Amino acid sequence: MGSDWETVIGLEIHAQLATRSKIFSGSPTAYGAPPNTQANLVDLGYPGVLPVLNAEAVRMAIKFGLAIGARIATHSVFARKNYFYPDLPKGYQISQYELPIVAHGALEILLDDGARKRVGITRAHLEEDAGKSLHEGLARWTGIDLNRAGTPLLEIVSEPDLRSAREAIAYMKKVHTLVRYLEICDGNMQEGSFRCDANVSVRRRGATQLGTRAEIKNVNSFRFVERAIQYEVARQIELIESGGKVVQETRLYDPDRGETRSMRTKEEANDYRYFPDPDLLPLAVPRSLIEEVGRSLPELPDQKAERLASQYGLTEYDASVLTASRELASYYEEVVRETRGDPKLAANWVMGELAAALNRDGLDIGRSRLPPAGLARLLARIADATISGKIAKEVFEAMWASGRDADAIIAERGLTQITDTSAIERVIEEVLAKNPGQLAEYRSGKDKLFGFFVGQVMKATQGKANPGQVNELLRRKLSS
Amino acid sequence: MQRAEIETIAYLARLDLTEAEIPVYQASLARILELAGELNRADVAGVAPMAHPLPGLAQRLRADEVTERDAHERYQLNAPRVEAGLYLVPKVIE
Repeated sequence: MGSDWETVIGLEIHAQLATRSKIFSGSPTAYGAPPNTQANLVDLGYPGVLPVLNAEAVRMAIKFGLAIGARIATHSVFARKNYFYPDLPKGYQISQYELPIVAHGALEILLDDGARKRVGITRAHLEEDAGKSLHEGLARWTGIDLNRAGTPLLEIVSEPDLRSAREAIAYMKKVHTLVRYLEICDGNMQEGSFRCDANVSVRRRGATQLGTRAEIKNVNSFRFVERAIQYEVARQIELIESGGKVVQETRLYDPDRGETRSMRTKEEANDYRYFPDPDLLPLAVPRSLIEEVGRSLPELPDQKAERLASQYGLTEYDASVLTASRELASYYEEVVRETRGDPKLAANWVMGELAAALNRDGLDIGRSRLPPAGLARLLARIADATISGKIAKEVFEAMWASGRDADAIIAERGLTQITDTSAIERVIEEVLAKNPGQLAEYRSGKDKLFGFFVGQVMKATQGKANPGQVNELLRRKLSS
Repeated sequence: MQRAEIETIAYLARLDLTEAEIPVYQASLARILELAGELNRADVAGVAPMAHPLPGLAQRLRADEVTERDAHERYQLNAPRVEAGLYLVPKVIE
């Protein structure tokens, strides 16, 4: 497997728009309400009701379009997508087909090798979400909860520009970051606010025609999307190499078994019979609205990453990690502002110790146990040589656990760094006196033992000796 | 209209046609298509596709406000089967 084949992936991302009410009705959109308590006559598809479009959903779609440099249609049309499923009360989904509100945009992703790649976004259109079917615990029945029916979605369709599962994930994360920056979607994948379908095909390297694709439906985590694509690519290559043919079909990823399975047979190829919805007039977006939304855009992830890189001298990679969310970036900038210190040191701590602690406790940056000012005070103690970087990690853990201030912990535990030259020299002499064997070996040319002596001195001082000074004093002593 | 086309359309519309009904649909759908086919003979060069018969009007928008209250008990009165607030339908297998 591998180099003879090229993988081609396009993603369809469904982002639930963070409006208060539904796209065509005044029902609330809050997650987790008791079944069917947020579904009214419009959502239930009762006869004689009419949809009325939510202005905020339109605004959010425009916001996204502008952020990806797309064309915003001043004239777009809602269409009916017809199919039968119990969680779709009307027998059709209101969507957009020929004239979507957003078209021809692009995003740039950062690849593993540090290169940048442009990924085209064919279109992004407004549509309504369906309800939910519950199959568990009801024996012969399926339970239908229509609270989600009519929740506004922005379906974001990429070009088939992605060439590996890694690229697909990088792109998906980029979109995820962007919709949260724009505050148009909460990005909560567990609650289904941000979902992804992947169109996957393979072709012989150098071929110009696309291979037959399979569509993998509704995968709800970054890791699962990556695994599902990897599995699907291997399956298709194996199939073709053993003389078979890929059929166009919808497949479902099973995370427990780590495989994709056929969901619909090819005979039932989708035939949605789209036509303009007669209940809805064409959507007119005046230029003035596009300009107004444009003025309201926040600093976007790429712009922020660029600014952080140049303003604080960070690498492109570090800047992209620190701008993964607006909250993380502002936390970082606040730490730098508070310490007025080394931005690189702050970056390392935010991406290292802090990220690890948050991860360990399953917290996001907004709920960090350590406010930026607290971390800043700890970093200031490293900068002024009160403690070493190593001791700082111990202090950090204590701060994280107790919520107490760095200085209080340093004082209480007596962690202040030993910078007194004569004190360190005394320890060095003790160490050398205790290890005559090693000293003799070192003197006879075994240079590697230098590290051993440094280690012994650090151990004797419980890590409190200033490592730079220890090195210098030890070198001086040993060469004398 | 071919028989296979009728079968496909019937499937998409979830209509369970009997053997006797198929030729009836075949004939009447053919007449409908013939009528619609007249449109294909019209010269529409330079005519913008129309998405709605009301010319010059655009969709009115509503403010993003919650205006509806929960009334599921009332709506569910005419549902054939309800349990724990859920509408029940015959088991759907994916």
